[in-house]
Amino acid sequence: MTVELALFLVLAAMAVAGAVSLILQRHPIHSALSLIVVMVALAGLYLLLGAEFIAAVQIIVYAGAIMVLFIFVIMLLNAGQEERTSFSRMATYVGLPVSVLLLVQLAWWVAKGPVSAAPAASEPSSTRGLALLLFKDFLLPFELTSILILIAILGAIVLAKKEPV
Amino acid sequence: MGLVVPVTYYLVLSAVLFGLGVVAFLFKRNIITMFMAIELMLNAVNLAFVAFSRMLGQLQGQVYVFFVIVVAAAEAAVGLAIILLIARNRESLNIERVDLLKL
Repeated sequence: MTVELALFLVLAAMAVAGAVSLILQRHPIHSALSLIVVMVALAGLYLLLGAEFIAAVQIIVYAGAIMVLFIFVIMLLNAGQEERTSFSRMATYVGLPVSVLLLVQLAWWVAKGPVSAAPAASEPSSTRGLALLLFKDFLLPFELTSILILIAILGAIVLAKKEPV
Repeated sequence: MGLVVPVTYYLVLSAVLFGLGVVAFLFKRNIITMFMAIELMLNAVNLAFVAFSRMLGQLQGQVYVFFVIVVAAAEAAVGLAIILLIARNRESLNIERVDLLKL
């Protein structure tokens, strides 16, 4: 067993355990902390895959900014324990089989797919290539995302402000 | 340094995380937790993107992941503002209370 495989198994176990914990926890703040564990584990997996920039962005934007926003809202709303309500029959009899079916289908495609373990020629620095792509081929989408973020900021402010009485 | 861990492993992990996200979305009753389940599904898809990018030796996959992260950030800002409004109007975070469209 190589070091990479061992690292992969540890990080994958961390991610799956975090996701299961997200489902099992009843308090939203515990679910949020579980999700942070998943995101940190995924950042480690990105490093393992040689995507250093994506790993850094994952930590800074996801585990940093987005999850802080989540936790801030949970504390602002003083969200308590989840109420136990009866599941709708729709969720139990249709939702569960459909999600199991989805999982089985995904597993089938992955197992069947023509995925070879053929290693790609690893590049010394993927960040440089990523920057070249982002600022040359993907320049227009990149600039459009700045407009998207501006609209999102405006929308969030307009939605969350107090109604003028 | 070759790719020591087969890409299939990453894809299986991605599928498992996505499935867990779907299950969480279906079975949680708290709006914030359901929103977190959506983020979990986005993360699972990102992992598949990066794994394929590595397998094919092309960086486009990582560019798409970058855009997914940006859109997720925008979505989180707007979505949490909507959740704030719902909590203010309904005085509850339970998804069952948001039933104005129900007959």
